[in-house]
Amino acid sequence: MAPSLLEIEDLHTYIGQHHILQGVSLRIRHDAVTVLLGRNGAGKTTTMRTVMGLLHPRRGVVRYDGHEIHRLPPYEIARLGIGYVPEGQGIFATLTVDENLRVAQLSEGAPARERLQHIFGLFPDLERFRRARAGTLSGGQKQMLAIARAFINPNRLLLIDEPSKGLAPIIVEHLVEALSAMKRHATVLLVEQNFAMAQALGDDFYLIDDGRTVHQGSMASLAADDALKKKYLGI
Amino acid sequence: MRERAPVLIAAGLFLLPLALIDPRTYLTLTVAGLAMGMLIFLVAAGLTLIFGLMDVLNFAHGALFSWGAYVGFSAAALLNQRLGWATSPSVVANTLLLLGAIAATVLITVGLGVLLERVIVRPVYGQHLFQILITLGATIVLEELIRIVWGPNDQVMPVPFTFQGSWDIADVVVLRFPVVAIILGIVIYVGMVLMLNRTRVGLIVRAGVENGEMVQVMGHNIYRYFTGVFAAGSALAGVGGLMWAIFSQSVRPTMGGEQLIFAFIVVIIGGLGSVTGSLVGALMVGLSYNYVAFLVPKAAIGVTMAIMVLILLFRPTGLYGAAR
Repeated sequence: MAPSLLEIEDLHTYIGQHHILQGVSLRIRHDAVTVLLGRNGAGKTTTMRTVMGLLHPRRGVVRYDGHEIHRLPPYEIARLGIGYVPEGQGIFATLTVDENLRVAQLSEGAPARERLQHIFGLFPDLERFRRARAGTLSGGQKQMLAIARAFINPNRLLLIDEPSKGLAPIIVEHLVEALSAMKRHATVLLVEQNFAMAQALGDDFYLIDDGRTVHQGSMASLAADDALKKKYLGI
Repeated sequence: MRERAPVLIAAGLFLLPLALIDPRTYLTLTVAGLAMGMLIFLVAAGLTLIFGLMDVLNFAHGALFSWGAYVGFSAAALLNQRLGWATSPSVVANTLLLLGAIAATVLITVGLGVLLERVIVRPVYGQHLFQILITLGATIVLEELIRIVWGPNDQVMPVPFTFQGSWDIADVVVLRFPVVAIILGIVIYVGMVLMLNRTRVGLIVRAGVENGEMVQVMGHNIYRYFTGVFAAGSALAGVGGLMWAIFSQSVRPTMGGEQLIFAFIVVIIGGLGSVTGSLVGALMVGLSYNYVAFLVPKAAIGVTMAIMVLILLFRPTGLYGAAR
């Protein structure tokens, strides 16, 4: 089996006294979209925050491109080429769209400018509202800005946490299109409750329940398995 | 309208007393109030950035103010003793003395700021109670150190000859040093705004004030920015202390604690993390304090509290505060 870009082995993470992750293991294949599924509170967001270094695991290993990263601070993890789109977007509302992108952009020069043009191609609204304060954007535009910020550096891995949350169906459709275009350039770990979106984008899936990995496989096999969907996702 | 409201309120406070005070006295009080406001601004600007970016309640800010005053006092005394730059009537020598004292103050308070941030503040990020306790502890230590180094008594601050006394402009008495303080305040404010709005470091600091976690996951070592902002805030407090020492022509070990209350009020009025808010708030406090101290001396401190309460009633996050 080809080496994975991201490997998580038996991860245990606590938030305060609470033992949130109790043994999460994942392997994220290069150039694939892996969808992390599970009920609310199962530990999907905590898994992403642990990978990003915002939470430190009590036990277990996170390996990125063959190197252990679970003891590194978030800013070093980010510089290894991991972009993060948190739940709720985390945009800087008082800064302009342009400034939001500039905070995220770690390099300058011609390749960086090209990348910015590429992003404006995917999300024309961002170019139109470059000088607007990010707080004045619509929910969909804010999500596009959050994704654009994670994609503005030549990151190899993108962690995207519930991008469709609270968005109108037509906006979600646009988001699926943009993410489909982006997945040609990066490996993606996606948390998504909207099963249609997960199915449209995902290659592999992992199911987390009560802080543990309980199932894994190809997205196609999950889509066909009604019993599994009903048991863990209630659909 | 929302953007302009703070300025309108400030202008109202500025013009209202004109109805009650004779115009010439009013102008004298206004200059004094603006100068006092600028000095408070220097202290509050550092405090607001430290609170806004780092979420740290820094009660040691007042001790840095005192240290700045004493270091500047020593530098000025030394320069005057060796070179006579304070007693000399030369404008150049007087200005050099002021700049030399400011340089010494900045050097020492930046060093103290870096030390404080690294040693006592860093272990208590995110824990407000511990921050209050340990920075109050640091205040006691720093004040006692002042007593050991400079002695426990008040000392007379040498005031450069050019900045003593007043100009008499069309029968209006304009004290000279306050004008210097106002100019310095404007220069520092403009410098800070340019730094925050035109540089990459400023951009990252502004982003960090809003969401420090996101700044980190974008690859920026926020702790380095914390140290830098804490050191810069310390230097601003120090320069504020030095200017206050010249203004009041004396230095005292406890002088910082008294100013810290004003600075906290200003930070709250202006909105946490906003430099412009601090300036507007500081000018409001400085001006109203002077007008009221002239009209009803006993109500002078109460009026600044009243302004704070009124503003918080209508704008719970302060004049320029972003809701967090």
